[in-house]
Amino acid sequence: MTITLPSISLLPYLPEIVLLITALLVLVIDTFAGEKRWLVWLALLGTIVAGVTTWSLSLGPTLYLQDMLAADPYALFIDMVVLIITAISLLLAYDWLNSHAHQQGEYVALLLFSAVGMMTMGAATNVITIFVALEILSLSLYVLTGFARERLTSGEAALKYFLLGAFASAFFLYGVALLYGATGHFDLVGIGKNMAGTGLMAAAGVALLLVGFSFKVALAPFHMWTPDVYQGAPTSVTAFMSVGAKAAGFAAFLRFFHVALAGSYATWGPALAALAVLTMTWGNLAALNQESVKRMLAYSSIAHAGYALVGLAAGNALGMSGLLFYLLAYAFMNLGAFGVIIMLEKKGSGDLSMSALRGTAREHPLLAATMAVFMFSLAGVPPLAGFFGKFYVFGAAVKANMTWLAIVGIINSAISAYYYLRVSVLMYMVEPDENTTDVATNNRPVLAFALLVALVFVIGIGLWPGIWMQMAQQAAALLG
Amino acid sequence: MLKQFGFLGVHAIIALSVPLLGIVAAWLLRPKKPYPLKKTTYECGMETIGDTWVQFKAQYYLFALIFVLFDVEAVFLFPWAVAYNKLTLFGLVEGILFVLILFAGLIYAWKRNALEWQ
Amino acid sequence: MIPLSWYLVVGALLFVIGFYGALSRRNAIAILMSIELMLNAVNINFLAFWRYLTPKEMAGQVFAIIAITVAAAEAAVGLALVIAVYRSRDTVSVDEVDLLKG
Repeated sequence: MTITLPSISLLPYLPEIVLLITALLVLVIDTFAGEKRWLVWLALLGTIVAGVTTWSLSLGPTLYLQDMLAADPYALFIDMVVLIITAISLLLAYDWLNSHAHQQGEYVALLLFSAVGMMTMGAATNVITIFVALEILSLSLYVLTGFARERLTSGEAALKYFLLGAFASAFFLYGVALLYGATGHFDLVGIGKNMAGTGLMAAAGVALLLVGFSFKVALAPFHMWTPDVYQGAPTSVTAFMSVGAKAAGFAAFLRFFHVALAGSYATWGPALAALAVLTMTWGNLAALNQESVKRMLAYSSIAHAGYALVGLAAGNALGMSGLLFYLLAYAFMNLGAFGVIIMLEKKGSGDLSMSALRGTAREHPLLAATMAVFMFSLAGVPPLAGFFGKFYVFGAAVKANMTWLAIVGIINSAISAYYYLRVSVLMYMVEPDENTTDVATNNRPVLAFALLVALVFVIGIGLWPGIWMQMAQQAAALLG
Repeated sequence: MLKQFGFLGVHAIIALSVPLLGIVAAWLLRPKKPYPLKKTTYECGMETIGDTWVQFKAQYYLFALIFVLFDVEAVFLFPWAVAYNKLTLFGLVEGILFVLILFAGLIYAWKRNALEWQ
Repeated sequence: MIPLSWYLVVGALLFVIGFYGALSRRNAIAILMSIELMLNAVNINFLAFWRYLTPKEMAGQVFAIIAITVAAAEAAVGLALVIAVYRSRDTVSVDEVDLLKG
C-alpha cells in the first residue's frame, strides 16, 4: 500500500499555534521560576502576538489541513473575539492570581489552552474537529472551575460541570457517528451534499448534535448546570467561560447549521425558534428572584443565549451577522459586569449577594456608574452595545417572517429589565447597611483597566454600531 | 451465516471441554488429604492482614495518569512508525514535534514531583 | 458476513446501558464509568460504519483513535476532580455534594 502524504500547511493555524506555544512556555517556566507575577504578562503578550498574527494573515479564504479547518473571515472574526475575551479575562484574574500564587502558571496555561479550543471551534469545518476543539475548551474549563481549592463550592461546581459536560459530549459524539453513518462524511460540506434523502438516522444524528451544542451554550432545557457552575467557579473563570464558551459554541453551531444543513432550513428553523423562546423565557423568569449576583447573571446568560439563538433561527444573512455582532457586544458587557463583581466580592468568598450591593454607590461612585452601564447594556437600553445586538437579531427574525419571535424577544427584554435595574436601584437608591460590602477598590489598577476597556467598548459599540456591524457582515461569509 | 456461527459454537464446546476434562480427571484421580494450611488463600507466602478492600494511595493514581499519557501517545506513534519509511523529512519533524509537546507535559509533571514516591 | 445493523444494535445497547448508568448511579466514579461506556459504544459505531461504508478511507478508523484519546483525557480530568472533591468532602456521592442550589 502506498501512502501519499497530504499537503499540510499549518500557516493559517499560526494564531492558535502562537497561543499554544505561549501556554506550554508558561507551564514549563512556571515550574522553574520563583517569581510568577509576570507569567500573566507573558500570556497577555502571547495573546497580543496571536491577535497581530490573525490580523496580518490575510491569506484569503482557504481550507487547510485536509479541509479540517477554514481560514475565512468568519474564523478570523471569532479568533479576534476570543483573543479579546482572553486578554480581558487575564486582566480580570490578575488580582485573584496574586492571592493564589502557587497555581498561577496552571491557571494561565489552562486559560490559553481553552482559548485555543475556542478559536479552533470557530475555524472547524469538520464535525470531528469541532468535537476535539469542544473537548479542549471544555476540559480546561472543568479544571479552571475547580481552581479555588479553599472553597468547597468550587470543587463541587467543577464536578457537576464535568459530569454533565462529559455526558453531553457522549451525545455529541454519538450524533457525529450517526451523521457519518447516514452520509459517509465527517466534513460539513460532504454532510451537506449527502444530506438529501437520508432518513431517520441523519435526523437522530442532528438531534444528538443539537443536544451537545445546547449544553455547551446553555440552552434550555439543557442549562441546569449553568447557575451552579457560574456561582461556584472563581469569578474570573465565570467571566471567561460565560462569554468565551458561548462565542465558540455559537460559532461552531452556526457553521454547522448553515453549511451542513443549509438545505433543510424549513425543518430546523422553527425548531431552533421554539428552543430560543423556551431558553430566553426560562432564563429570564428564573433570574427574577436570585439572591446571588453571580447566579442572577448565570440565568441572564441563559436568556442571552436565547436572544442569540434568534439570530441563528432566522437563518438569513442578517441573522448570521447579527449573531456575530451579538457575541461581540455580549462579551464586553458580561466581562464588565463580572469584573465589577470581582471588584466588590469579599476576598475568598467567590460570590456576591444582592444585599451586599446596598448603597455601594456612596463608597464607590465610579464603580456603581460602570455597573449601571453594563446592566443597562445587558437589559438592552439604547444607545449601548446590548441594544444593537438585540436590534439586529430581532430584525433578522422579522425579515425571516418570524415577527412573533421578535415580539417574544422584546417582551423578554422587558422582563429582564426588572432584575438588571434592581442591581442599580440597590446600588444607588438604598441606604448602606451591615450587609453592604466593605472591600477597598482603589488599589486595583489592573482590574480597573480591564473594566475601563470593557466600558469603552460597550459605549463605543453603542455609539457607532455601523462600523462593528459592517465587520460582522464581512465576517458572515462562510467558506465551504 | 447461522452455519458459520454453528462452527463457532462447536469450536467453543471443544475448546471448553479440553481444560474441563483435565480438571475433572485431576479431581477424580487426586488423593484427598485436606488440612487447614492447605485451605488458606495463599498456601505459601504471607497471609493478608485486615480487610483486602483497602483504599489505595492517591499516588498510584498520579502514576496511572502519566501512564495514560504515554499509552495514548503510543497509539498515535504506532501508525507513524509503521509508515516511517514512506514518510519524508516533514513526517519525521511532525513526529518529533508531537513527542516534544508531550515531553513538555512530562517535564511539568516531573518538576511538580508527580514522579516522586512519597 | 455479519450485517451492519448488528453492530449498530450492540453500539446502541451499550450506549443506552451507559446512559441508564449515568442517570441512575449516585457515585461520581460510577457515573464517570457509565459515560466512558457511552463513548466507547460510539467507537463501535465509528468502526462499523467505516468498515461497511467507506473502507477505502481512513477517516472512520482514525477518528475512533481520536475519540479514544479524548475519552482518556476526559477520564483523567474527571478522576482528578473526583479526588479533589473526595479530599475536601470525604464523599464521592453526587447526592451529598449539594452546597450549590437555588
